[in-house]
Amino acid sequence: MKNEKEYLFDNPRNVQWLMRGFYACCAVLLGLELVVHRHTEHTWEGLVGFYPLYGFIGCVVLVLIAKWMRGLLMRPEDYYASQNAVGESESLGEGSSKGETAR
Amino acid sequence: MILIPPFIVFFIAAVLVLVLRGWPRAVASILIPLVSLANLWGTPSGEYATISLMQFELVFFSVDRLSLLFGYLFHVAALIAVVYSLHVRDTLQQSVSLLYAGSALGAVFAGDLMTLFLFWELLALTSVFLVWARRSAASYGAGLRYLIMHILSGLLLLVGIVIYSRTDPSLAIGHIGLEMGAAGWLMFIAFGIKCAFPFFHSWLTDAYPESTPTGTVFLSAFTTKVAVYALARTFPGTELLVYIGAAMACFPIFYAVIENDLRRVLAYSLINQLGFMVVGIGIGTALAINGAVAHAFNDVIFKGLLFMSMGAVLHVTGKINGSELGGLYKTMPKTTVLCIIGAASISAFPLFSGFVSKSMVMSAALKNGYDWVWLVLLFASAGVFHHAGIKIPYFAFFAHDSGIRAKEPPLNMLIAMSIAAALCLVVGIYPQALYQLLPHQVAYTPYDMTHVLTQLQLLFFSALAFVWLNLRRLYPPELPSVNLDVDWVYRRWLPTRVQRTAEAAFQLDSRVRSAARAGVGNLIDAISSHHKPDGLLARNWLTGSMVAGVVLLLGFYLLLGFAL
Repeated sequence: MKNEKEYLFDNPRNVQWLMRGFYACCAVLLGLELVVHRHTEHTWEGLVGFYPLYGFIGCVVLVLIAKWMRGLLMRPEDYYASQNAVGESESLGEGSSKGETAR
Repeated sequence: MILIPPFIVFFIAAVLVLVLRGWPRAVASILIPLVSLANLWGTPSGEYATISLMQFELVFFSVDRLSLLFGYLFHVAALIAVVYSLHVRDTLQQSVSLLYAGSALGAVFAGDLMTLFLFWELLALTSVFLVWARRSAASYGAGLRYLIMHILSGLLLLVGIVIYSRTDPSLAIGHIGLEMGAAGWLMFIAFGIKCAFPFFHSWLTDAYPESTPTGTVFLSAFTTKVAVYALARTFPGTELLVYIGAAMACFPIFYAVIENDLRRVLAYSLINQLGFMVVGIGIGTALAINGAVAHAFNDVIFKGLLFMSMGAVLHVTGKINGSELGGLYKTMPKTTVLCIIGAASISAFPLFSGFVSKSMVMSAALKNGYDWVWLVLLFASAGVFHHAGIKIPYFAFFAHDSGIRAKEPPLNMLIAMSIAAALCLVVGIYPQALYQLLPHQVAYTPYDMTHVLTQLQLLFFSALAFVWLNLRRLYPPELPSVNLDVDWVYRRWLPTRVQRTAEAAFQLDSRVRSAARAGVGNLIDAISSHHKPDGLLARNWLTGSMVAGVVLLLGFYLLLGFAL
C-alpha cells in the first residue's frame, strides 16, 4: 500500500472538504428560496421548503422501502441456475424409482 | 437528391461488414451511417418508396417531423454505438447490430401497419443475436426468453392489424386509440410489451445485462424507443397511458436501489425513463408529446453513455457487480468523468440534457390537472438521481477501494463516450437545437430562475439523503444476490407447476398401469387354477359317477316334461 501513489480521495481531508462544500451548497439553495421570488404553478409548490423536503423524505422512504423489499425478494445469486440442477436431479430420482416399481 | 429508405443503406452496410475485414470494415461501418444521415437530412414530409404487394400498398419511407426526429436520433445512436464497438472482432455481432439499427429505422419510417409489423419482427430477430453474442449459458437462456416475449408482441400486433384491416383496409398509420375495441387493445398490448409496461418489463431487465458490453449499447437505443414512437403515433392522448407511465417511472427505482449488477440497475432506470415518455404520450397535448419525444432523444444519448461507461468497466475489469467494484476513479479518470456527465444528464441537472426535456413532461402533467401523477414523477426524478445519478458512479468508481487497478478502455470507446457526453452538454446548454426538430411548434423555456432553483433543491437534498443514509449506515450495501421480479413467474413458478403436474400425471399413469397389470394377472391365475393338474376341469372322472350324472340330467328333463 505504501509504495502506491496516493489518490485524491485517499486523503480523508479532501473528502471532508468535498462534504463541507456540499453542505454549504445545500444551505445556500435553501436560503435562496427566501430571497428569490418563485413563480409556482401549484399550491404545493409554493410551500416553503417543498422541494428540498420532498427530495429528502422521498429518498429516505425510497431506500427504507427498498431495504424492506430485500427481505421479500432477495435470493442467492445462483437462484435460477440452481433451480435447473435441482429439477434435473429430482427427475432423475423419479426415473430410477419408477424403474424399480416396473421391475 | 436520391431518396433511399435508410434501412436499405444500413442493410447494405451489414453485408459489407460481413465481407470486409480490418480497417476497411471500420471505415465502412462509420461512413455508411454518416452517408445515410446526410441522405436523410432535411427530407421533406411525404411518402416515398411504395410497393404494391398483393392487395397491400406497402409504404417503406413515410416522412414527417415525428419520424424524421427519430430517424436522426437512430442515426446518431448507431454512429456512437458503432464507434464504441470498433475494437470488437466478432463479425456476427458487428453485422447484426447494423441490421438491428436498420430495422429500427425501417419501423420508424414505415408508412403502414404491415410494414411496421415487418420491421417489428426484424427488430426482435436481429437484436436477439446481440444477447446471444455473449456466448454464455445465462445469455442463451435470457435471449430465448427475450425472443419469446418479442415474438409474442409481434403476433399480437399481427392479429390486431388483421382485425383493424376490416375497418381500414388501407392500413395507414395514424391515430388508432383504444376506442377501436379488440384491434386497438391488441396493438396497445403489442406496443406495451416492447415498451416494457409493468408486468411485461422483465424481458428488458433480464436480457440487456446479459448482452456483451457493446451489444447492450445498441439494445438500449432502439427497441424501446421504436415502441415509444409507435405509441406516440397511434395512441397519443390515451389517458390509461398516464397511469401506466407513472407506474413505470416509479416501481423500477426500488429495484434499482437493491440491484447489484450495475448494468441491471441501468436497465431498471431505462424503464423509469420510459415512464416519463409514456406519461407524456398519455397526456397528449403538444407540449407533452414534444416532451416525450425530446426525452426519448435525450434518453438514448445519456442512457447510451451510462451503458457505455459500465460496458467499459466490464470490458477492462471483467466485473460489473457493485459488490466487486469500487475505487476505479484512480486509474480510469476519463471514464469516471464521462460517466458522471451521463449521470448528471439522466438526473436532469441544469445544463445537462435531461433537464430540458423531463421538465416539459412534468410541466404538462401539472397544466393538465394530473397533480398526483406530477407528485409521483417528482418522486421518480428524485429517485432516478439516487440510483442512476449517485449509485452508478459511486459504487463503480468510488465507494470502498476494490483494489482493481484497471486501465482506461480502448480509444474508440473513449471517443464514443465523449461524443455522447458532448451531445448531452450541447442539448443541455443550447436546447433550441433539439426543440426546433420537435414535432409541434411550442414556445418553451426550460431555464428560468424558479425551475433551476427548485430542480437543484430537489437534487441536492436527494443527495443529502444519500449522504445521511450512508453516514447512519442505513443504506443497503451491495450484496451478491438475485432479486425476484415478474420473470420469476415464468422462470420458476410456471416450470415448477408444469413439472409437478407432469409428475402427478406420470404417477397416475403408473398406478393405472400397475392396477391393470395386476387385474390381468389375477384373471390368468383364476383361469389357470381350473386348468392346472388337479384343477376342476383337468381331473379324471369315474364312469359310474358319469352315468349317475346322466341319469340325474335325464330325470330333470322328465320333470320338466311333466311340468310343461
